[in-house]
Amino acid sequence: MDEKELIAKRVALELKDGDLANLGIGLPTLVARHLPAGVRVFFQSENGIIGMQPLPEEGFAWSDLTDAGGSPIGAVPGAAAFDSALSFGLIRGGHLDVTVLGGLQVDEEGHLANWTVPGKMVPGMGGAMDLVTGAKRVIVAMTHTAKGAPKIVKRCTLPLTAVRRVSLVVTDLAVIEPTNGGLVLREVAPGVTPEQVLNATEASLIIPTEVPTMRLAASPT
Amino acid sequence: MKKVIGLAAAVEMIPDGAALMIGGFMGAGTPPRLIDELVRQGRRDLTVIANDTARPGVGIGKLVAAKLVHRMITSHIGTNPETQRQMIAGEIEVELVPQGTLAERIRAAGFGLGGVLTPTGVGTTVAEGKKTVTVNGNVFLLELPLNADFALINAKRADYYGNLEYSLTARNFNPAMAMAAATVIAEAEDIVPVGVISPDAVGTPHVLVSHLIGKERGHG
Repeated sequence: MDEKELIAKRVALELKDGDLANLGIGLPTLVARHLPAGVRVFFQSENGIIGMQPLPEEGFAWSDLTDAGGSPIGAVPGAAAFDSALSFGLIRGGHLDVTVLGGLQVDEEGHLANWTVPGKMVPGMGGAMDLVTGAKRVIVAMTHTAKGAPKIVKRCTLPLTAVRRVSLVVTDLAVIEPTNGGLVLREVAPGVTPEQVLNATEASLIIPTEVPTMRLAASPT
Repeated sequence: MKKVIGLAAAVEMIPDGAALMIGGFMGAGTPPRLIDELVRQGRRDLTVIANDTARPGVGIGKLVAAKLVHRMITSHIGTNPETQRQMIAGEIEVELVPQGTLAERIRAAGFGLGGVLTPTGVGTTVAEGKKTVTVNGNVFLLELPLNADFALINAKRADYYGNLEYSLTARNFNPAMAMAAATVIAEAEDIVPVGVISPDAVGTPHVLVSHLIGKERGHG
């Protein structure tokens, strides 16, 4: 399985029926395709809508209905549109249940850096700082390493997005939960051992005696 | 009460060096004719306050490409390589502001507030040089109001008084910016008789709108 599909499938299981969720551009957007049956999630796009969905057909593009990347989208019945101040009031004000964002680095404190590489990439933080500061849960969806270099590090060397501890990190190798005591290895990807995760991680990991294999589909009820 | 003004005359009111708020998000909700006219008249040294610089050839990206912008106050330039190139070359100053903070700083100016306290940016590079205030044990950054000489607003419809109705995600920063500038110039897709826009549907009341860009004869 493609590593991004694997990450998206696992993250999708974190979304609960009725959640208001915001998905970052790129890898996180894949998450919407893998929602378990019966789970209805309302997706916010920070440019001003709750209830975005993919464009049903190519020819339906409308310049007044776009996502945060400027691409045309559709809207579900019951969608609501609003201005940027309200949109970020939802995000900062504790009304957003979960945000899923990409990451450049996560450290032992659970701090995320994902908006700039000084001297190389200065795109601007967009809504990322507000999302990481304000969402009830912050899930980082990213590859475990970049060109072989660990992205889960002792201490972020890149500028932080926020000093808030993120809720969960899902990578192609593992599910890691930042806690008061440090980073806990919660799950490993199929075919991956805890040792392999340790070798690809710069940060210290707390490894419980039982580390189950990553779930990729909702358990039957 | 005559609000309608020609496109060229509206842009002639804007001097070189002016500070402009321009609505829009990646081009959606950015007034297209006003942008093109600014480029045509070649207004220089502008300070532009806007969510992003869109893409090359789109919305505010056109102002950047024409080198009309001296300073950008914005949350994101990542989709426009030309803005990044000019920033690295020292041709344009860029102040990066978190998107929610940008909205609140504009709102604060328009709503008569001395600033806002936000948790966004605490402990990051955004906090450098800013005051922090602790309220009930929580730390906030004091972010100051942001106003402008002109706001260039894009609406779905305007009525003859200048009441504005917005559409879906083209709304974005437009309503807040219409509160925060000394002169507000609105460009609507359609101008309709008073009463066509229901009072409940008015996103910006007409008293805020200084000028409406008229439709060209035979247009539409």
